[in-house]
Amino acid sequence: MNLNATLFAQLVVFFILAWFTMQFVWPPIVKALDERAKKIADGLAAAERGKQDLELATKRSTDALREGKEKAAELIGNAEKRAAQLIEEAKSTAKVEADRIVAGAKAEIEQEAVRAKEQLREQVATLVVSGAEKILRREINAQAHADILATIKQDL
Amino acid sequence: MEETLIMSTAGHEAVANAPTAGEYIVHHLTHWNTTGHPQKDIIDFSIINVDTLFFSILMGVIGLFVMWRVAKSVTSGVPGRTQAAVEILLEMVNDQAKGIVHSAESRKFVGPLALTVFVWIFLMNSMDFLPLDVLPNLWQAITGDHHAYLRVVPSADLNGTLGMSVGVLLVCLYYNIKIKGFGGWMHELFTAPFGSHPLLYPINFAMQMIEFLAKTVSHGMRLFGNMYAGELVFMLIALMGAAWAGTATGVFLWIGHVLAGSIWAIFHILIVALQAFIFMMLTLVYVGQAHEAH
Repeated sequence: MNLNATLFAQLVVFFILAWFTMQFVWPPIVKALDERAKKIADGLAAAERGKQDLELATKRSTDALREGKEKAAELIGNAEKRAAQLIEEAKSTAKVEADRIVAGAKAEIEQEAVRAKEQLREQVATLVVSGAEKILRREINAQAHADILATIKQDL
Repeated sequence: MEETLIMSTAGHEAVANAPTAGEYIVHHLTHWNTTGHPQKDIIDFSIINVDTLFFSILMGVIGLFVMWRVAKSVTSGVPGRTQAAVEILLEMVNDQAKGIVHSAESRKFVGPLALTVFVWIFLMNSMDFLPLDVLPNLWQAITGDHHAYLRVVPSADLNGTLGMSVGVLLVCLYYNIKIKGFGGWMHELFTAPFGSHPLLYPINFAMQMIEFLAKTVSHGMRLFGNMYAGELVFMLIALMGAAWAGTATGVFLWIGHVLAGSIWAIFHILIVALQAFIFMMLTLVYVGQAHEAH
């Protein structure tokens, strides 16, 4: 453990090494570390913002969904009401129409019946006359009894 | 690992010229200096220890080169493993510096200084992990001189550690003057710690001088003492293993060497890291004290 000039040489080396570190090693690494710290801080802030945005969006979408549901329910209600109304209307129209048709048909049937009766009367009269003619050919003059036949025709 | 090498070396030497235990240790504790002979005087400033200087510069260059490579390709994105490791180291030093030196302006130099000190001393101390005889024997083979001296642990040389602690002292003096002004610092030298009274001036000044001296010497001596003692223990363990060839019950010595060597090497990892950390922390503390007015 003798002392010699190595001490001074070591002293110079000491300062050269420290200078080198100060100049070329320390600043870039510290800069990178600071940058990374900032990046992380920014990232965390962005994440926080994103979370808030998400919350807001969720709330908005919930609101929109509820609104949509309400509107849909209203629409369905209206549609149902309208449909019921339409059905009612259609029913009453159909009833009127049916009544009208039924009435028309009844009238026609009556008319037809009257006409048929009329025809029947004609045919019965003719039949009776032809029948009576056959009976009376032998004993009665058709012309002489025409007024009687007219009376029968009236009674039918 | 280390044990077998030492063993074969010692065995070889025992055959060749059989150094005694004392010779073995003294040889291992002698520096390769500019004269080529062991230094006679306690203090001789005409001599430089070439081995200490070579290995300390080598360790400094290796440490700084690795960190420089990282610094050149550093990214603020996802770091690679090497970058992450250097970043952890730098953050550790920076956190300590922030807690002790409160001036951000000073930290621009003190931070890098502390990092350099930590990495450099850690690497210099780590030279102790190399097998004790490998580099000296290699050196003896290269030079062809079987008595060539080589010590590979620069921090086990008092010149190396005192060189660094004097460096720290100069930094402290610089910041004393920079922060307090030359007049302010002079005022502090004569009025602290006991107070401002003409009778107390010499006592205060003496106390301040003792404080600076004690700080610097203890700073350098602490590291030197730990590493020197560590090296010495490795040598003693190596001697124990070397003794086995001559005796019948020597196998137990050999086993003892393996056991003791392993245990001490593992324990030494702690000392290596701890002493590097302590030197760095004291550097920060002393520089921090230079910033505080009494």
